[in-house]
Amino acid sequence: MALRLVSRACIRQFNTALSTTRPLSMYYTKSHEWVNVSGGVGRVGITDHAQAALGDIVYVDLPDVDAEFDVGDEVSSVESVKAVGDVALPVSGIVKAVNDTLSDTPNLVNQSAEDGGWICEIELTDTSELDDLMDKAAYDEFLESE
Amino acid sequence: MLTARFLAPARSLTRSLASIADLKKTALFDYHVENGGKMVDFAGWALPVSYPDLSHVQSHLHTRKGVSIFDVSHMLQLHIHGEDRVKFMESLIVADVAGLADNTGTLSLLTTDQGGIIDDCIVHRTTNGYLNLVCNAGCADKDLAHIMARLEAAKSSGLDVDVEIKPNHSLIAVQGPKMEGVLQGGVRDDLSKLFFNHTALVDVWGIPCRVTRCGYTGEDGVEISVPTDRTVELVEKLMAASDDVKLAGLGARDSLRLEAGLCLYGNDIDETTTPVEGTLMWTVAKRRRAARDFPGADEVMRRFKAKEGRRRVGLIVEKAPARPHYPILNLDGEVVGEVTSGSPSPCTGQNIAMGYVDIGYIKNGTSLQVQVRKKVFPATKVAMPFVPTQYYVEKK
Repeated sequence: MALRLVSRACIRQFNTALSTTRPLSMYYTKSHEWVNVSGGVGRVGITDHAQAALGDIVYVDLPDVDAEFDVGDEVSSVESVKAVGDVALPVSGIVKAVNDTLSDTPNLVNQSAEDGGWICEIELTDTSELDDLMDKAAYDEFLESE
Repeated sequence: MLTARFLAPARSLTRSLASIADLKKTALFDYHVENGGKMVDFAGWALPVSYPDLSHVQSHLHTRKGVSIFDVSHMLQLHIHGEDRVKFMESLIVADVAGLADNTGTLSLLTTDQGGIIDDCIVHRTTNGYLNLVCNAGCADKDLAHIMARLEAAKSSGLDVDVEIKPNHSLIAVQGPKMEGVLQGGVRDDLSKLFFNHTALVDVWGIPCRVTRCGYTGEDGVEISVPTDRTVELVEKLMAASDDVKLAGLGARDSLRLEAGLCLYGNDIDETTTPVEGTLMWTVAKRRRAARDFPGADEVMRRFKAKEGRRRVGLIVEKAPARPHYPILNLDGEVVGEVTSGSPSPCTGQNIAMGYVDIGYIKNGTSLQVQVRKKVFPATKVAMPFVPTQYYVEKK
């Protein structure tokens, strides 16, 4: 378990120069979503565990920009050949951007669920909600117990 | 993700031992688990939806190029014995059983007295003293109750007939263009003479089996009824025969049958659909239509002539996959039907679906729309199958 975390951290740091994700600001939900917060803005997606469970992803329902959601609202759905996964917003917010690449390349979520396969960006409306979420270590532990 | 809704009639097993213990197991259960099969509950049976070596799409595509083995032991296998077995069978299904050539068979339907479809099934007229009938696992209890009740009545009226569940036999489907080459290695009989919908008793690697050239994928293939205590042995022999042979699960089975335009009972047909709405009148043999001697015949023929109501159709849907119960709309946004099955199609790269639409919309090329959750996408009515079938039909 520890070895796995270390190797993932190494891969993340290698990618940091190229991406805007920073491991320390990643928060996870028990329903396998993540939000990566920087300032008052968060990028949202589904976890690697979730994409593996779904299989080959063929369609992602993107929300409308400027739509406002409460924590737990369904903001998107991610669809594979066999299953539809509803994506619940980890924290309340207003959609500021969506990942249009997913329209043409939905399987980017399979390839890079926690980075390039992000679904939308939100402006957080209640940052205290982050206290209810897990960090990576807690999420990994949660996965082991499931 | 709040939950991943699994879209076929299957639910994921949790790791709890209690759930697995509740489910029925086929002869291949341990074999599936040893091979990493992801087990799910299908009609009360523990069956693999996929295996770790191939993704759903890979397994699907492999079946159309090589050979895939499906465990279908959950299906109900019946033998119907007695002098009056043909007459009895015709009192239950719409096929021209009397007209079947020796050791041939057909897809047929069990109907209610109102013409509704109780189940779809495959019947074969063997020269071994019985009719062979295979029915869906999800309908097994219902079908058995129905057939046994009719049997009692038949016997009371003096018919010489009996029905038994085929004892101690499992069923595997071996499907794909390379099936014949692989199977021939274990069989002395010339498989090139076993045509589509023909059946034979054959020793397969020394195991006495019934081999029937049929399946649920649209490909050339067989279903092999094999003694339960030698099922693992048979599968191991098939797997060892060639690298082209792969295990396949329920996931690929569903997308393959949909591409082939084949119905899934419970989704695409049920007791509220007659063969008329189900676009399955081809299963009602001409002689049976004229004689009106199958259950619900009068109602079926009335609807057939009336040309009203809804019909089962194929659709291609843009952008998003269509799924069961999604509304089908006309271009004015009015609801004119409902999707009953749908999936991305690995072979065509399109989203394919089956559904029912009002009879005014059934012409090929008709433009429609499908409501996918909160959005609406264009759809087109097309003929099925979506992918050409490859049945090994006898050329006459």
